[in-house]
Amino acid sequence: MASVCFYFQVHQPTRLRHYTVFDNNAHYFDDRKNAEICRKVANKCYLPANRLILDLIRQFDGRFKVAYSITGVLLEQLTAYAPEVLSTFDALARTGCVEFLGETYYHSLSFLYSRNEFVEQVNKHVQTMQQLFGQTPRIFRNTELIYNNDLAALIESMGCFDAILSEGADHILGYRSPNFVYSPKGCNNLRLLLKNYSLSDDIAFRFSNRDWREWPLTADKFAHWINRVNGNGFVVNLFMDYETFGEHQWKETGIFDFMQHLPGEILKHPDNNFKTPSEVVKAYPPIGVVDVPHVISWADIERDLSAWLGNAMQSNAIHELYRIERKIKSFGDKKILDDWRKMQTSDHFYYMCTKYFADGDVHKYFNPYDSPYESYINFMNILGNLQGRCVKQSSAALAGQVSKQHAMATSATD
Amino acid sequence: MKVLMLGWEFPPFISGGLGTACYGLTKALDQMGVEITFVLPTMVQSRYATHVKLLTPGMQRSPRSTSPIKVRSLRNVVFRTITSPLQPYLTDNTYQKRIEQSLAQIRAAHGQTRQFAGTLDYSGDMYSEVQRYADLAVRLAAEEQFDVIHAHDWMTYPAGAAVARASGKPLLVHVHSTEFDRSGEHVNQVIYDIERMGMHVADRVIAVSYLTRNIIISRYGVSGDKVEVVYNGVERNGSNWPVGDTTIKRDEKVVLFLGRITMQKGPDYFLRAAKKVLEKMDNVKFVMAGSGDLMHRAVEMAAELGIGSKVLFTGFLRGEDVQKIFKMADLYVMPSVSEPFGIAPLEALDNDVPVIISKQSGVSEVLTHALKVDFWDVDEIANKIIAVLKYPPLGITLRSHGNYEVRKLRWKDSAQRCAKIYEEALVGAV
Repeated sequence: MASVCFYFQVHQPTRLRHYTVFDNNAHYFDDRKNAEICRKVANKCYLPANRLILDLIRQFDGRFKVAYSITGVLLEQLTAYAPEVLSTFDALARTGCVEFLGETYYHSLSFLYSRNEFVEQVNKHVQTMQQLFGQTPRIFRNTELIYNNDLAALIESMGCFDAILSEGADHILGYRSPNFVYSPKGCNNLRLLLKNYSLSDDIAFRFSNRDWREWPLTADKFAHWINRVNGNGFVVNLFMDYETFGEHQWKETGIFDFMQHLPGEILKHPDNNFKTPSEVVKAYPPIGVVDVPHVISWADIERDLSAWLGNAMQSNAIHELYRIERKIKSFGDKKILDDWRKMQTSDHFYYMCTKYFADGDVHKYFNPYDSPYESYINFMNILGNLQGRCVKQSSAALAGQVSKQHAMATSATD
Repeated sequence: MKVLMLGWEFPPFISGGLGTACYGLTKALDQMGVEITFVLPTMVQSRYATHVKLLTPGMQRSPRSTSPIKVRSLRNVVFRTITSPLQPYLTDNTYQKRIEQSLAQIRAAHGQTRQFAGTLDYSGDMYSEVQRYADLAVRLAAEEQFDVIHAHDWMTYPAGAAVARASGKPLLVHVHSTEFDRSGEHVNQVIYDIERMGMHVADRVIAVSYLTRNIIISRYGVSGDKVEVVYNGVERNGSNWPVGDTTIKRDEKVVLFLGRITMQKGPDYFLRAAKKVLEKMDNVKFVMAGSGDLMHRAVEMAAELGIGSKVLFTGFLRGEDVQKIFKMADLYVMPSVSEPFGIAPLEALDNDVPVIISKQSGVSEVLTHALKVDFWDVDEIANKIIAVLKYPPLGITLRSHGNYEVRKLRWKDSAQRCAKIYEEALVGAV
């Protein structure tokens, strides 16, 4: 039996606007650019891909299934700039063949810096899924598939998730295959699903690469690779960015045609089927324990945190950001809290990555800044303004207290 | 391969990037085994006796060109000097001053001018002098064996062209800067014509960047086929100079401008950015190291902006003083209006000083770990200066990556590119 488990990550950061040290305005986001990119990606990817998935679900009468993880920061942008995308996701939700996963609302690295903040963001995301799609997520995926034993323990302790997704990195699996269900070390009930990075990346990264020996990749060829899993695995976890369809791999590469034919080719084999992550967890027992003491992710060849926290600028920016958490939360000011949280989105730190910068690779392609240095300067200038607002709030609160005390004192003397 | 190199100044007397580039390139070519006859103009009784020993004892016997000089460290290079007051970055005005100065020096040295009555070692104006230099170069070249001629910047183009005509050897002109870089749109027509002639007569034109290559093609009408880009390198000497600890108060930051204080280098943008920075933070000093025709204007401007006490002018620096100033600096800023290449930022990075460079510079084509600005965007220059001073991790990251990146820019590679162009020019000449 080989079950194919598709999970698509759907995310766009709220990009920051150009902000110099001379700026004094408390509006931090580049609304125009965000709107423009959101509409562009909606037209190139979200709308045609959703339509295709919906058609496939109907065509195969419920035998084709997928899962999505959609970030809160993208949902807010879709609401503002491309609401038609939301209604197509809603249509997908109603098919019963689509599962929505839980994650941090802000696509943040909060797990690494503040457990409280992390839990609050996960809960906010769960509520959003309930409101928008009428589903309560039972499967958790952390930003960039960042994972270790501690994350598993924390998610299990939250009591609302059955499984967690991560990267099937060679250095954690060793000789073992990602095509089984595992248990995280130290957990009783939680399950672990690991990405088959080889087959996932064949679609997500290599599909249009003409230097690749397997190019062009066709649906029947890929189905053939899936068939080979029969007998030495239960599930093939194909985890990728949803933007693979139409944005990372342009329509002209044939990616939509590939996807259109894939379910049919895969279902030709009588032992194959499609399952959502929740169905996988129900269908297959865990075959072993995976121990991940150090943090892993799905990024780059290193599969570590170096893309977000690899240099002095990145670690400085993120430390300074989380340093003001308590203060930010003490005000009860929703606008300040939201600004602070949107700055936690991992992309802001990714832009500051100097790894490979000189080689002009994928890091550069998704970077709205000319250089990692520009993005750091911009981020720090905005953070400086946010810190300034905190000081103002604090002194205002203090002044309020003093005048209250003063009033009480005067009324007492009356 | 034998090269007749029409070059400029050698250390320690170097007044700018042109001398640095000639030296770096020649040294690297020497190490590759390329034989070079290096011809350069020297003043009579040069104050700057260098390790090249440009003494002129044979002056009486051979008044216009000295006998060959060898330097121990450069095994394949022979130096020939031509007595002439030419020097890089001259203008017609500064040329006149220089002549007067040197006459005064000679008078002081000899007590009288008697010996000089008959032997004119200079012409009355710079352009005639460039032509006189060319004539002398032809005579000198007649005594030399060489395969190609390599001339650096406009003052040597007439010499290069004349030697090429006389010898029939291929000519390469190396464009370190153009009249448009130095003078903006107010080009000196005579210089422009000489540059244009040199580029058109040359078999190959070497540009120090694509920025310069574009100017050569669009402004001088040279066919792109014969214009090659060879980037400059940087001499790694970060620790060669024994620099004692300086006594700077470290609570004060130092932002450095290093270069000729001329229109081309954008000193006014530097000062206006300084003004903006000082509105946001106080503990900063701005050091302008260099001299040039806008020096007095810059001093006045600092005063007008009300930041006179925050801006220090050091005058022209060389050798150890340059190393010292780099040791003091927290940041180097090059706001050049038009910079064909710009070696100084590489030297800054080599000395662990992070850099802000103008996007209108050739060096920005090769540096990725530098902050880049449009020279006219004073707000953004100030924004970035403040960022470096205020957020230490920025400087740390720029330094570590930049220092590494600079190591990849070696004169060895520039020399290899030149050697390949020599070969091609030779084949093309046959």
